[in-house]
Amino acid sequence: MNSVYVIADNIVSPLGFNTSENFENLVLNNSGIKLVEDQNLFPTPFYASSINTDEIDSHFGEISSAGNYTRLEKMMILSIDNALQQSKINAHEKDSIIIISTTKGNIDLLKGYDNNIKNERVYLWKLSEQIKNHFNSPNEPIIISNACISGVLALIYASRLLQNSVYKNVIVTGGDIISEFVVSGFKSFHAISEGPCKPFDVARSGLSLGEGSGTLILSNDKKLTSNKDVISFCGGASTNDANHISGTSPSGEGLFLAIISTLNEAKNHSVNSIDYISAHGTATLYNDESEAQALSRAGLETVPVNSFKGFWGHTLGAAGIIESIAALHSMKKNILINSFGFDKLGVTKNINLIKGSRRKEINSCLKIASGFGGCNAAIAFNKL
Amino acid sequence: MIKTIKSYCSIKNNKVIINGRVDPPISIDGPLDSYLNEIYRSKQLNYPKYFKMDNLCKLAFLTGELLKMEDNLFGINQTEIGIVISNSTGSLDTDLKFNSSIEDRQNYFPSPAIFVYTLPNIMIGELCIRHKLMGENAFFISKEFNPKIICDYINILFDCERLQGCITGWVDVNENNHNCILFLVKKEELNTGQIIFNENTILKLNNGEF
Repeated sequence: MNSVYVIADNIVSPLGFNTSENFENLVLNNSGIKLVEDQNLFPTPFYASSINTDEIDSHFGEISSAGNYTRLEKMMILSIDNALQQSKINAHEKDSIIIISTTKGNIDLLKGYDNNIKNERVYLWKLSEQIKNHFNSPNEPIIISNACISGVLALIYASRLLQNSVYKNVIVTGGDIISEFVVSGFKSFHAISEGPCKPFDVARSGLSLGEGSGTLILSNDKKLTSNKDVISFCGGASTNDANHISGTSPSGEGLFLAIISTLNEAKNHSVNSIDYISAHGTATLYNDESEAQALSRAGLETVPVNSFKGFWGHTLGAAGIIESIAALHSMKKNILINSFGFDKLGVTKNINLIKGSRRKEINSCLKIASGFGGCNAAIAFNKL
Repeated sequence: MIKTIKSYCSIKNNKVIINGRVDPPISIDGPLDSYLNEIYRSKQLNYPKYFKMDNLCKLAFLTGELLKMEDNLFGINQTEIGIVISNSTGSLDTDLKFNSSIEDRQNYFPSPAIFVYTLPNIMIGELCIRHKLMGENAFFISKEFNPKIICDYINILFDCERLQGCITGWVDVNENNHNCILFLVKKEELNTGQIIFNENTILKLNNGEF
């Protein structure tokens, strides 16, 4: 079985249009969550991490003069384009494929059309065609739409394809936008926090939505890596709680099983301990509690853990990719990033939340996620 | 050991087909919901949660029940049975319903009970709850049924011992059209009369050419 290497990445968010801008803002403790007052999204103001549309257009204008792209398509194309520029990989090679992770795609295109689909681009495969055509990719992109684990699952799927030589390079991209559809939905669940979200905190009261896109390029060709800081995939799994469609299992059962499988696989890669965990940490009461249960049951209580949701909000289909990239850069730079919004532990297990960014050697990390439909996923990476 | 298709069931074009056998037709001149409910009644099912589901999940649920009647999934550890499903329209059928509930600010009534079904992988959740399955999950979208996407993954998951069994296929609802086929894949010793699991057989079974 081949090894799978991290080659290049990009994050597009309110904190920047490339990974280094974003990571710098994480280190400086700058959050993208602000009060959003936009009648088109929701009648009353709400906290979210949203990207300025003019900025998207201005960045997009630098790489393409084509006008016929939606806001999300521009964000995803910008992200892939920037990641590709840092690698020696061409998207039009036959042994490269794009994997797209999104929950709702161009769902904003439904607005104003009531009960009709007037624009084909609302189909995820049509969004995928736009991206395929932009990059002249010979292969049909693969689309994963599996609620909030989509991003982590896309990285696991990509790694499995590369381990088994189905492709040589995989460009994994994720994106979702803040829409009236999604805001109304989460509001109807009473899941949106009054103020900016506070993952794992005793005063947490729900999530903050976010939007963004992220791209992680993986390959089984070691020659494509830069020689220092080579990071490799060392395990992953998805599971289902088989418990409830809109809530996680109180004991964190499914997530626990996904973590255990991932840690067992990591042992086959001689990774016997995890130095850092990037949690899902949406800041809903139930998510954070069941995540804490799962981490505790897996014997990971003492491992430093953070949630990036306090910086970017919940970016849905992009979350697993953006947050994995942030975790990988934490490894490269040996910095544990502050769990923004966290002050006092508000879960019943004594997990080790990171308060204030600090230096620490990180040789391995675990990224976890859970979502509607009872799905869970875990992925691990290690430094070679 | 080889991977075989233990059974396959489909509900499409108003036809219920179980391992190649066509069920007596159910004639319902009405919306998809009525047709699916009639299948539920004709099979004498008793699962009250069914009535809360959207059409996409109802379709997956009913086909899952047919599979279960043909081949009991138990006998395999529940953490080693996965579900890998794909479709073309995602959850757009319910997305449109939810969208109608928020279009008019004077008549604004978003419902969490509808919103939760605006994700296609909810059907995997429903199947997992029904059959107590906790293995690998994945939901893929493609314009048309593309067995390569699911077969590549399932083969790998079996080969790396993540799975001993898998429910896979295509479950799509678009306006009033429905198209669902599910396959139960298991690992077995090589024997005669087996249907080998691969892209080609999946495609042939889906086209009714077997």
